[in-house]
Amino acid sequence: MNFWNDPLKVAADWLTGIFTGWGMNTVVANVLVAFLGILMLITILMVIDIFLVWIERKVVARFQDRIGPNRLGPFGLIQPFADIIKLMIKEDTTPDHADKFVYNIAPMLSMMSVLILWAVVPLAPVMLGVDLNIGALFIIAAGSIGTLSIIMAGWSSNNKFSVIGAFRQVAVMVSFEVPMLAVLLIPTIFAGSMGINAIIQSQNIWFVWLSPLAAVIFMIAAIAELGRAPFDLAEGESELVSGYNIEYSGMKFGMFYAGELLHAFTFGGFWSIMFFGGYRFFGLELVSPFLAIAIILFKAMVGYWIIMWVKYTVMRIRIDQMLAFNWKFLTPVAFVLVMVTALMNTLLRGAPSWLFITGMLLSNVIVAWVSLEIVRSVSRKERERVEGPKQVVAEAHH
Amino acid sequence: MIPLSWYLILAAGLFSIGLFGVLVRRNAVAILLGVELMLNAVNINLVAFWRYGDVALMAGQVFAIIVFAVAAAEVAVGLALVISVYRRRNTVVAEDLDLLKW
Amino acid sequence: MTGEQIFFLIVGIVTLISGLMVVTVRNLIHAALWLVATLFGVAMIYAILNAGFLAVVQVVVYIGAIAILFIFAVMLTRRQAAETGASVNSNWWLGAIAAVATFAGLFFLLKSWSGFSKTAAAIPSGFDAVNQLGDALTSANGYVLPFEVASVLLLAALVGAVYLAFNKK
Repeated sequence: MNFWNDPLKVAADWLTGIFTGWGMNTVVANVLVAFLGILMLITILMVIDIFLVWIERKVVARFQDRIGPNRLGPFGLIQPFADIIKLMIKEDTTPDHADKFVYNIAPMLSMMSVLILWAVVPLAPVMLGVDLNIGALFIIAAGSIGTLSIIMAGWSSNNKFSVIGAFRQVAVMVSFEVPMLAVLLIPTIFAGSMGINAIIQSQNIWFVWLSPLAAVIFMIAAIAELGRAPFDLAEGESELVSGYNIEYSGMKFGMFYAGELLHAFTFGGFWSIMFFGGYRFFGLELVSPFLAIAIILFKAMVGYWIIMWVKYTVMRIRIDQMLAFNWKFLTPVAFVLVMVTALMNTLLRGAPSWLFITGMLLSNVIVAWVSLEIVRSVSRKERERVEGPKQVVAEAHH
Repeated sequence: MIPLSWYLILAAGLFSIGLFGVLVRRNAVAILLGVELMLNAVNINLVAFWRYGDVALMAGQVFAIIVFAVAAAEVAVGLALVISVYRRRNTVVAEDLDLLKW
Repeated sequence: MTGEQIFFLIVGIVTLISGLMVVTVRNLIHAALWLVATLFGVAMIYAILNAGFLAVVQVVVYIGAIAILFIFAVMLTRRQAAETGASVNSNWWLGAIAAVATFAGLFFLLKSWSGFSKTAAAIPSGFDAVNQLGDALTSANGYVLPFEVASVLLLAALVGAVYLAFNKK
């Protein structure tokens, strides 16, 4: 067992040896090592988070035909540090009659709900926090804590705009949890397990080839969970100023902001884990765990880039459109897709892999096509109802 | 190793607290909060009996899941009733809702 | 006392205290937030009992849905500050006596039971509770009928809740 094959275990054994050498109890030493591991992971994530700020600003600048931060350091790389110093030395305000305890705990919960997700992310075949056999459900559970933090922030600020923003955001998150949960069942069906590592290990063929529609629905639901455009109606600058976090200043606001960026990156990672093979890339992950980490971080970055791409090119929609889109379109499609996938999986059990892939792909295409046809006919009727019948007869008079 | 009695005492305590809440609170929403505590106490017992009995028999966990479903249904209908009453009577205090008490 | 027991005691005491706060706190939003703490404690109890699936479902269903619903309901029903007047009714001491009597009755009833202080057998290796639970919920020899009835109940509750809360203009 050498360091380059299993760095985490070697380091943990080494540290445990040192601690027990000091005459420490084995259990205490193990707990301490686990804590150090968590601390290290969180530190690395926060450092990534700092650079996410830079990436986000650079990418949005390119989308808007600007250059973005370029004054501090090469390519403006030091800009995020300047931002952080600014946030830290800002005045830390608390509104009058705010519920102090709830107000202060909400940003922490928001950050925690993101960081806790990384407990189940396998960075390499041998590097993961816990291999829960219910990993897919864990993602949704962590999202629930995020929902709670938003309503706490909105309510405790004692500001009507923040409450309205929180209401909207929670409505979005609670409703889009449903299609996301349904779609997470599809990798579960293919892998035969909810464990994240088992899902990755069973992706000899990326699940996106078996169920592209599921990948698309997961991405849409993830964007909605994040509250990013086109689902950022909780923010709605022109109507609500900035949603649930209006009253926050300084680093408390910074925690919401950094949490949102890291959340987007994390969902990019989960997208790649569920549908694009996670750390797997044609056997490269077996060469070295460090290569596997590079692969999964790259894939997560691609997912994050797609989330940004959508955010900066699609317009915000209204809340009624958003809820109708979810409950009348996305949720039924997700449920139908789960049923079809489960049925096809049973029918094609034991079939050769080319038949399995073709069957799955075809069933996905059919579900997508039928649902889009239904939407098309319904929306045509809706348009006729709103605009009145077409004036064909009047044209003929001339 | 934790003996079964600890779980049962915890559940009994939580149940009694919930019962207290249901009996004494005036606000209808607070009464429903007490009911939630009682349901959770029951669930602790169900899961503890599953773990301390034969783990291959899943009845305890299955019933816990059915309690989840019932709790969700109860909260949805209960809170809808409270909101509906609030719209008509402009109050959520349980003892003010005495239309049937003549 | 083992580490597991100490952990259980901490979780149990926090759960009971936050449960007590739920029924005594005056501000209903705070009561709902204390309920979240209680529910989280119960989820940890499930985790200690090796029922990880139920622990996660507890967080998703109770904290993610039911607690949020409570907070919404409290916000929707407090136009003229609901905190005026007593938060408990005039017979609160009767309620307290009833609760204490219930606890004492349950305690003595359980104490006389022979299995009261038994300990758990180790979970056999290779036993996957999630798989077993899935089989139990969907096999005809298991609990497929109660499971389906529960889903019908949820549908009925959904329709009923929409009908009740719908504002007829």
